[in-house]
Amino acid sequence: MTSTKSPVSLANFFIFNPTLGPREGEEHKKILLYYPTDVDIDTKIKNIGLCEAIVNFTSTFTDAPCEVMHTQKRRQVFYQAEKNFWIVMTVTIPISHKTKDGVPYIEYHEDDVQDSVFQAVLKQAYKMFRFFMGPFSDIMDRGNVQSLIQRLEHFYYRYLPTLKLDNSDILDVFNGIHFLPLDKHTYLRIQSFTNLLEATFSQIKYTAFLYNDQLVWSGLEQDDMRTMYKYLTTSLFPPFLEQELQGSPVANNDRRGSSVATLHYGRYINGPPNMSDSSNLGKVPRVYINTESTCEECHLVVYRALSATVCLLVDASYPLQFDFYRSIDGLVGPKLSVLASDISEQYVKRSTPSTGEVQFKYIYFNHMNLAQKTTVHTDSKKSSNVNIPADILRLLSDINSDLSRNVDEGETIVKSITDCWVVGKKSDQREFYVVINQKNANLIEINEEVKRLCATNFNNIFFLD
Amino acid sequence: MEAEENENFYVQLNSSPIRFEPINTLINVFFDDSNRQVFAVRSGGAAGVVVKGPDDKTSLSFRMEDRGSVISIKFSYDMKVLAVQRSQKSVEFVNFTNGNIDTMEYSQTCKGKSTRIIGFNWTNINEVVFITDHGIEFYQVVPEKRSLKSLKTFSVSANWFVWLPESAVLLLSAGPYGNSIHPFHFRAGMVYKLPKFEIDIPVIPKPAKLCLLERDVFMANIYGQLYIVVVRHQAKAGAPGAEVVLYLLQKESPARKTDVLRLDMSGRFALHIVDNLVVVHHQASKTSMIFDIKLDGESDGYVTYHHPVLSPLPMKPSIIRPVDAPLGAELVECELYSQSWIVFQPNVVIDAKLGCLWYVQLKLEPLVTMIPDKCKLIDLLLLRRDCKMVILTVCKQMLTPGTQTNLSTIARIFDKLNKVYRQFLDIESQNQQMETFSSREPTATRVQHNPAVIDQSDMYTHVFSVFVDNKDIKHKFMVAVLIEYIRSLNQFQIPVQHYLYELVINTLVQHNCFYQLHQFLQYHVLSDSKPIACLLLSLESVYPPAHQLALDMLKRLSTANEEIIEVLLSKQQLLTAIRFVRSVGAVDQVSARKFLEAALVGQDKTAVYEIIQDLHQENTVINM
Repeated sequence: MTSTKSPVSLANFFIFNPTLGPREGEEHKKILLYYPTDVDIDTKIKNIGLCEAIVNFTSTFTDAPCEVMHTQKRRQVFYQAEKNFWIVMTVTIPISHKTKDGVPYIEYHEDDVQDSVFQAVLKQAYKMFRFFMGPFSDIMDRGNVQSLIQRLEHFYYRYLPTLKLDNSDILDVFNGIHFLPLDKHTYLRIQSFTNLLEATFSQIKYTAFLYNDQLVWSGLEQDDMRTMYKYLTTSLFPPFLEQELQGSPVANNDRRGSSVATLHYGRYINGPPNMSDSSNLGKVPRVYINTESTCEECHLVVYRALSATVCLLVDASYPLQFDFYRSIDGLVGPKLSVLASDISEQYVKRSTPSTGEVQFKYIYFNHMNLAQKTTVHTDSKKSSNVNIPADILRLLSDINSDLSRNVDEGETIVKSITDCWVVGKKSDQREFYVVINQKNANLIEINEEVKRLCATNFNNIFFLD
Repeated sequence: MEAEENENFYVQLNSSPIRFEPINTLINVFFDDSNRQVFAVRSGGAAGVVVKGPDDKTSLSFRMEDRGSVISIKFSYDMKVLAVQRSQKSVEFVNFTNGNIDTMEYSQTCKGKSTRIIGFNWTNINEVVFITDHGIEFYQVVPEKRSLKSLKTFSVSANWFVWLPESAVLLLSAGPYGNSIHPFHFRAGMVYKLPKFEIDIPVIPKPAKLCLLERDVFMANIYGQLYIVVVRHQAKAGAPGAEVVLYLLQKESPARKTDVLRLDMSGRFALHIVDNLVVVHHQASKTSMIFDIKLDGESDGYVTYHHPVLSPLPMKPSIIRPVDAPLGAELVECELYSQSWIVFQPNVVIDAKLGCLWYVQLKLEPLVTMIPDKCKLIDLLLLRRDCKMVILTVCKQMLTPGTQTNLSTIARIFDKLNKVYRQFLDIESQNQQMETFSSREPTATRVQHNPAVIDQSDMYTHVFSVFVDNKDIKHKFMVAVLIEYIRSLNQFQIPVQHYLYELVINTLVQHNCFYQLHQFLQYHVLSDSKPIACLLLSLESVYPPAHQLALDMLKRLSTANEEIIEVLLSKQQLLTAIRFVRSVGAVDQVSARKFLEAALVGQDKTAVYEIIQDLHQENTVINM
């Protein structure tokens, strides 16, 4: 008798700094965050002490910091986010109840938990904190340990429950960005639009432009954009869209006294919800960017018209007032509405579905620009909308971590028990994974099929097959 | 101070006027606007006639017998026959050979006893028209026979006439008010009567008398079309302020009133056409103003009403050598808008008392500071001759810190420049096609008013490259301007030259904006080319992804396989290189030596072996 597998779940998550409580009896001072909260202090100290010991112990063998510890029931992932600041996440190994010879026992599916995926999830958790709160050490420098603890708790107590660990997969490893395919002229018009915006309002330091969940332009650096993209597509957009779908006013044309010329579809996602109500300024977060170098603090104002979104990173020293929002709305609203409808015309043309049932699914990722494409996932939001079996999906991550050991190039072809072929290829900085569900195919046929795919999809880039 | 003074004038007289003997009791001065010659006739010609034209060929002097005072004197277009009118009944002709006057004159009398000659004009080589109070008489001159042959006559009772030599069009004023206009068009041996029309007069005088006067009517070619220009001293009955009314002359239908220039002044006016602008001089206020009928005006559906482009300003003061003064004498400022001025079309001013002939000219440079609306300024400049450097100055100014213009204006100006650029390219390609179809000279079809084309290399040399190294300009602004220019070129489907891309790339690289650069390349904003690919390769050390971008670009070019192999070998990626060679089927074209050398550099013995094996397998002759 077999039972269904339990999901991967978060056992604990903690952050500590060994230098904060170096002496005996002060161990609790090392703890900056411990989740879940309903754990007694001794257990906290014990677990953190163990982790510290593991870190110290492993450091005698290698210069590289300790990354992961495997146990039968749990997997513990380590990440030294900043000097002396360690983040540790422990997840449970999925189990299933089985019987052998009439004796019930528990089977641990250790292979279901992939190091690379959870290392990526942990790293992401840190990056997201840094994006909204700034680096740990900066917060300490500006305030004290207590202020850091407050911020950590404020952020992670809300963030951690939203983690969908069971749905984490190779996309978390890539953490890529979907770019919108667009013709040159429209792209230049968008450029022209963002340039005008930044030139008109000098307090806007950077802008980013998205269409649906796809990025078109980022004035931010790649790494910051990666985090912001994640935030926008997983946290900010979904509830907003849901609210729009439920029929709250879409167009801004209910404004009294506005003539046809000023009619547009623009509105703030996180700024003032209503341009005729100056009392409600909305809730605009502060973000920290370029943390590795200068560490700039900005307001993140997000404005949307139809499917086009523009993110304005406004200098944090500039107080956001209603007049500012109104003048932005006046400039951006009409222009963005026009751009959005022009893009949508192209978008419809481009996304004409290919005829016939597609026999294969693929994931593409380019490390150089973080461009990512997937037909394995039906949407970019983290949900269970995956159209290949979970074991095949895990296989992708396995091939990925395998290929990442190679320097330039490599290719792996795997046939699963279920007669499914999985091909992983790497050329320079690009990775390509294909899942072909073709029964009774042989290796040569599959190889030919993949060659054909590469030739049709990658004819304009240097991707050797 | 001098420079500042210059700023306040947009109209000037040319600096070296044609000088002639000033008018006095003995000397009569005539001007022929066909040949642009001034005739100083001393004592009826007996004491000499001095002719001054625009150049040496058209200047000469001779003596002729004094047969009475001269009313009008004009050379034929080839200067082989001189026509002199001394009475209202006849015109005398005399032949010239190599600038020497013939001894014998011949004469032509007008037809009819009571007929009176108002004037005459050469209409072609050896063709002359007499305008009489009974109409026109068209003659052919036969110099060899020293006689004239009548070709055609029209009878209209005429008050006065206006003649435009460059178009060979004659207007006759008829009717009691003088406002009934009969146009005639002359061509070799032929004269065509064009539809007559009436010029509306604001106040009809009672009793009827001539109220449309010769001095208020002339013809002008503006933007390649022939207009009849009428000064109306009163726009409406009782309303002060004069206006200039333009009638477009048409072949098939009567001339149509198209534009009205609002002068908002009254008094005596003189008009010139300079570079397709209507220049109106006002004597009382000693100022001039300019109108451009191509710039937007208020239209009522039929007629467009224009205001002066700028507020009226005096001409730039002009200095001349005083009459009879020796060559080295001190120069004096001459009186502008003088009572003794006589103006001729299109841009001639004669002061017979001073003995000067000037051309009125336009000064474009001061306009740059006078017109604050940059779009209007560019519109105006683009329609002018020799505007190129001035436009480039404006563009430079738009980017210079302190006088910087906002991005949306810059974008609109780029669009204006590139629209003209596009039109120019279209004409070019049409001409090329014409040339391939026929070997005839294509000049005939060339557009008359070819406005200055500001192409990419002009913008690069005079504007963009000047500012790239300017530390005072924010790189963000610079990139925005360049992208705006590229966007505009794209919009008009003009292929962008790689040096502009290089400028964008270099600016971004200098400020470490690699990710932005990456995105531009990703969206093919910076088009593929070998120079750009090479530039990217050189950036690899500061921005590693440039390597991938360069390889992709070379791959897309599909003519750069050689380069791709070089790049891969330089990175010791021997196997990748071999696989690439195979994938493009170029195994028999590559030199195995390169591969082996690369393998030896890498001290990879197995690689050397594999390469020999590999290339052998493909049955390749190894070109060592």
